[in-house]
Amino acid sequence: MIKIEGIAASAGVAIAPAFKLEHPDLTVQQRSVSDVAAEVAKLNAALDKSKAELEAIKERTLQELGAKKAEIFEAHLLILNDPELISPVEDMIRNEMVNAEYALNETANQFIAMFENMKSAYLQERAADMKDVTKRVLIHLLGLNYVNPAEISEEVVVIAEDLTPSDTAQLNRKYVKGFTTNIGGRTSHSAIMARSLEIPAVVGTKEVLAKVNNGDLVIVDGLDGKVIINPTEELVADYRNKQEKYQLQIEEWRKLRDQATVSSDGVHVELAANIGTPNDVPGVIDNGGEAVGLYRTEFLYMGRDKLPTEEIQFNAYKTVLEKMEGKPVVVRTLDIGGDKELPYLDLPKEMNPFLGFRAVRLCLDRTDIFRTQLRALLRASVYGNLRIMFPMIATLDEFRQAKALLLEEKDKLAAEGIEVSDEIQLGIMVEIPSTAIIADQFAKEVDFFSIGTNDLIQYTMAADRMNERVSYLYQPYNPAILRLVKMVIDAAHKEGKWAGMCGEMAGDPTAIPLLLGLGLDEFSMSATSILPARSQISKLSKADMAELAAKALTMQTAAQVVELVKSIDA
Amino acid sequence: MEKTFRIIDEDGIHARPATALVNTANKFKDSEAFAEAKGKKVTLKSILGVLSLGLEKGDSITLTATGGSEAEVIQALSDVMINEGLGEVE
Repeated sequence: MIKIEGIAASAGVAIAPAFKLEHPDLTVQQRSVSDVAAEVAKLNAALDKSKAELEAIKERTLQELGAKKAEIFEAHLLILNDPELISPVEDMIRNEMVNAEYALNETANQFIAMFENMKSAYLQERAADMKDVTKRVLIHLLGLNYVNPAEISEEVVVIAEDLTPSDTAQLNRKYVKGFTTNIGGRTSHSAIMARSLEIPAVVGTKEVLAKVNNGDLVIVDGLDGKVIINPTEELVADYRNKQEKYQLQIEEWRKLRDQATVSSDGVHVELAANIGTPNDVPGVIDNGGEAVGLYRTEFLYMGRDKLPTEEIQFNAYKTVLEKMEGKPVVVRTLDIGGDKELPYLDLPKEMNPFLGFRAVRLCLDRTDIFRTQLRALLRASVYGNLRIMFPMIATLDEFRQAKALLLEEKDKLAAEGIEVSDEIQLGIMVEIPSTAIIADQFAKEVDFFSIGTNDLIQYTMAADRMNERVSYLYQPYNPAILRLVKMVIDAAHKEGKWAGMCGEMAGDPTAIPLLLGLGLDEFSMSATSILPARSQISKLSKADMAELAAKALTMQTAAQVVELVKSIDA
Repeated sequence: MEKTFRIIDEDGIHARPATALVNTANKFKDSEAFAEAKGKKVTLKSILGVLSLGLEKGDSITLTATGGSEAEVIQALSDVMINEGLGEVE
């Protein structure tokens, strides 16, 4: 039995035999052949096998994922039937008397190079399709014993170095009970896919692929981030229990979908979701989100070669507001610069990106960019319940400047006869200690605070959580952090304002009792954490948690705080 | 027979409409169909040929056909261009 620790990327427990997904060695050698007809026959046999596979995958994709997802395989089939590809391969075998795999590889590479050199990014990506198709045929030509993930037809746990988008798109939920990878984090592509497919997953195990053999029984514990290879019978029984319990728990959580979040002593708090694009909104609704607590607008600016126009932004904001049907939506203005680059802005490299020219600092300098975003937001405001939040505010002055720009744009729109909502709340993200310390002064001017714990913790502890040597200092439960959080919440309440939190801490089951006790009004987290959090809060008394939090503030270490919280259950 | 279109789809001629065009051309065994753009002519029975034109929004493409059912071929291909929201007649 081997136990491996990893990152819990998608909740649930899977128990099934291992299926190692290792990409085969497709190195092709050039060989001379004497029997040309036999070589062409070999090519045709490989093509026929590949087509049969694709037909089957296409059919299944059509049944399970719909026509749109099946289209890609339809295109792959057409490529294998394409005279422009197949004739040159046959000609090359005949004229140069070379082996089929070499002829195929050479011809396919010309098409791949052609796509890669195209101007359009979309067509450049078609090179990937060409590679996929070529690989499929080469596997047959080389006589490799390779099972494509799409052809898995028994219950398995997939084990891989990492999973590419094309791998994950082909995984059949019916048979793939879970997966685990050597690399990746909670936000890597494969982790996000696992959550949307609702397959338990553990990523970032570093060593799982080397430690497992095909067919070994494997437990993937996506709840606690553990992988167990060849477990004892006793352990399997334990995990079957855990699996059943989790299933029952999910059913319980589903019942809370349309309910408000109320503590056992009757206090209501708001559970909101963090989103990145309008496409994330259905997930918020489906998981019972009461609001969007953080809409990161960076994605609108990334992955393109120039700034998004006012119209593009307006449409995105309008879509989110409309889809939320009047529920509050907190939009964070552009939070970019420093480490998050936008190539087309041509910003200079910095020694300390985290302490550098980013977020609202950049926006107050590049007011052209900022004003466009503010106009788009203001125009969209009439379509729902908009709240605007400025990131990385360090001084009162910055907030006043940002607010002044917003009011100027509002006046301009009014002069143009364009309607703007009068109900827009204006808040700031609290992620710099200076802002937390004078939160009492900010509270007189803002409508709300949202505490961004990811950065607040890094700045308070002066430690980069991505730096393995100091990441131990990233301590959400450190009393210093809790005291800062309390300062912010108390300052808001004194002025009759509300305080929320949009960092990872807000969805953390260990932090939730403390945050409830400290009086946090809004918790914004990933959508899938909402129902578990609602269930947890419904069982906690806010009055009791206030006592617990008061005690936590007097503790000396983060470990003591964790111990204190764990004692509630005991 | 020929007909010229201007590409209006944001992604140009991408895989889905290219698939539809090639499948349509393949239905007519007695006729050949071609696409001409940017001084290059390719058979419409090849998806790689169609994609190799690298057509983007705003480009022109001329569809031509020869053989027994050339009028029908052009009609069927035009329907694809229009129904897929790919292009409009120039």
